[in-house]
Amino acid sequence: MSALTDSDNGVYQVLDPAGKLREGARPALDDEFVLEGLRWMLLSRAFDAKATALQRQGRFGVFSPVLGQEASVVGSAMAFDPKVDWIVPQYRELPAYLMWGLPLAKHILNLSGNPVAGRIPDDVNMLPPQVALAAQLPHAVGLAWGLQIQEKPGVVVTYFGEGSSSEGDFHEACNLAGVLKAPIVFFLQNNQWAISTPRAYQSAARHFADRAAGYGFEGRSVDGNDLLAVYEVTREAVERARRGEGPTLIESITYRMSFHNTTDNPSRYQDPAELEEARRRDPVARVEAYLRERGLWTEEREKEFKAAAAREIEDALAEALKAPPPQPSQIFDHIFAELTPRQTAQRREMLGRD
Amino acid sequence: MAQLTIIEAIRAAMIHEMEADERVMVLGLDIGRLGGVFRTTDGMIEKFGRKRVFDTPLAEASIIGSAIGLAVSGMVPVAEIQFLGFTHQAFHQMGSQLGRFRYRSRGRFPLQVTVRAPMGGGTKTPEFHPDAIEAQFVQAPAIKIVMPSNPYDAKGMLIEAIRDPDPVLFIEPERLYRKGRAEVPDEAYTVPFGKARTVRKGDHVTLIGWSAAVEICELAAAKLADEGISAEVLDLRSLVPLDVEAMVESVGRTGRCVVVHEAPLSAGFGAEVVATLQEEAFYSLDAPIARVTSFDTPYPPASMETAWLPSVGRVVAAAKRTVGA
Repeated sequence: MSALTDSDNGVYQVLDPAGKLREGARPALDDEFVLEGLRWMLLSRAFDAKATALQRQGRFGVFSPVLGQEASVVGSAMAFDPKVDWIVPQYRELPAYLMWGLPLAKHILNLSGNPVAGRIPDDVNMLPPQVALAAQLPHAVGLAWGLQIQEKPGVVVTYFGEGSSSEGDFHEACNLAGVLKAPIVFFLQNNQWAISTPRAYQSAARHFADRAAGYGFEGRSVDGNDLLAVYEVTREAVERARRGEGPTLIESITYRMSFHNTTDNPSRYQDPAELEEARRRDPVARVEAYLRERGLWTEEREKEFKAAAAREIEDALAEALKAPPPQPSQIFDHIFAELTPRQTAQRREMLGRD
Repeated sequence: MAQLTIIEAIRAAMIHEMEADERVMVLGLDIGRLGGVFRTTDGMIEKFGRKRVFDTPLAEASIIGSAIGLAVSGMVPVAEIQFLGFTHQAFHQMGSQLGRFRYRSRGRFPLQVTVRAPMGGGTKTPEFHPDAIEAQFVQAPAIKIVMPSNPYDAKGMLIEAIRDPDPVLFIEPERLYRKGRAEVPDEAYTVPFGKARTVRKGDHVTLIGWSAAVEICELAAAKLADEGISAEVLDLRSLVPLDVEAMVESVGRTGRCVVVHEAPLSAGFGAEVVATLQEEAFYSLDAPIARVTSFDTPYPPASMETAWLPSVGRVVAAAKRTVGA
């Protein structure tokens, strides 16, 4: 089954690609929340464009855009309460970080290689983005387990891709979470590509969500380009976890509409017709069409939202520029509570002073 | 003061810390009703319950990985890996994760995690169980690596490890687990990391070892004494942090040195010891430093392990070569 075809084949959908409510669908999100979701999606999309340009100018390091996955990330994040719930990210979920409270300027500093970006504000329930694929999944389970033992409120969501789900850490984490009935949502973004490796090469499973059965918990496949559907399915998973009924694996079927990261060149491996088809299913256009139909999306409002996003990005860039530039001495900060004598000597050697 | 084996001393340390701090918990394979494959956690599930003495699924990477998350949540996990060789299957959670959380988060998420694992051969376990791969973790900076060789150090260093705000790999000398008892204080005490221990004073040559290799050095020193060679024995106790001062002081006095470890020769931690002494004590050396180690082959079948492991005879011979006897 291609994820790009509309289907009732176990894939949950509320809005069709044209933005029309499917027959019998009753949206769980009020209009004001849909508008809020769209605001985050547009901010994400605007940031992708800006960051790509800045990377090309050499001002940012390697950058992985969210493009095409905005509904998947925003719809899922909206189902959590960032005051008590935790996000354990991979690295392609920018709008979720912002929704949890990470300042955009911090994210920009991260992209520009400034180590201070690693310090997520203490009141933001978020682990640093993870570069070793799937390594974050056991951490997320341990965190959920710790909340459970200490009877603290809170559900953990961890993001990863269909490629990461081939790693052993995925299996070990799901298995342990099932045994513990840990309060966790495994949010698998199936964007069809792991760099250049297509979805079909990762797994022969019909749906990645089917794997949940092997771990003894619920698995759901959802149209990841449908903001309303993603929100609903995630909301149910969060409620299940809050009731102490254990984990859920959500497979959010979406499409990476850009490169893996700025070093990648999809024209070497991607069929242009497939990308065209993905554009037809664009998650942003779908929400816009839905809201337009309801009289809530006008040209004027679109201009207003886009201008606000551009302003927010400019402000964050200006804020990031104010951060002191990285210093080599920071290489030796936050290794241990106290450096070992060897590390102290090496620091002295590097700096020529204590 | 009680006479304890290393196993009992380790158990006493865990019980102390679990009684003193309800955040401390242990997790690992078979640590519950069985009490661990070596019975180290014997009786602990009855005392503390399954929440704090947790039998995990058979999956080393998620034992380490979930311990990381547990620490982020505010718990103080002590993870048992059945054999150090089993960390081959958890290396990616140690090498690229455990030591990097404080650094990556600029201090927000220090990990108060202890990973315990027995190491070393001589007990006829199947291949790779006894692999002495301590040096691999030295190349994964920001994990402390400590290796007691006797009951007193085992208890004091484990309490130090559990209380340490940073991750500690606590490697236990499997072969010596029940080999003899020693006096161990009943109360909680700590043995600080980064301080080597002079096991035996000597003048002619320094034998440097850690973990179960310390016993080999002691036996070799006794034999050498019979032949009129006075050997000093230095137990490094911890590889990270490393007590360079003690090494340099001892070898500076004796002018000769033999390093003994169970890991294969090439790029074993002995190479680090030798290179350090070459840098710090070159002009005090009267002879090339010798290494007595296992060989650069996979761990052999149990029937051949004595030929492969460093032996008292090989240490004696190396020491004699070094002193020109």
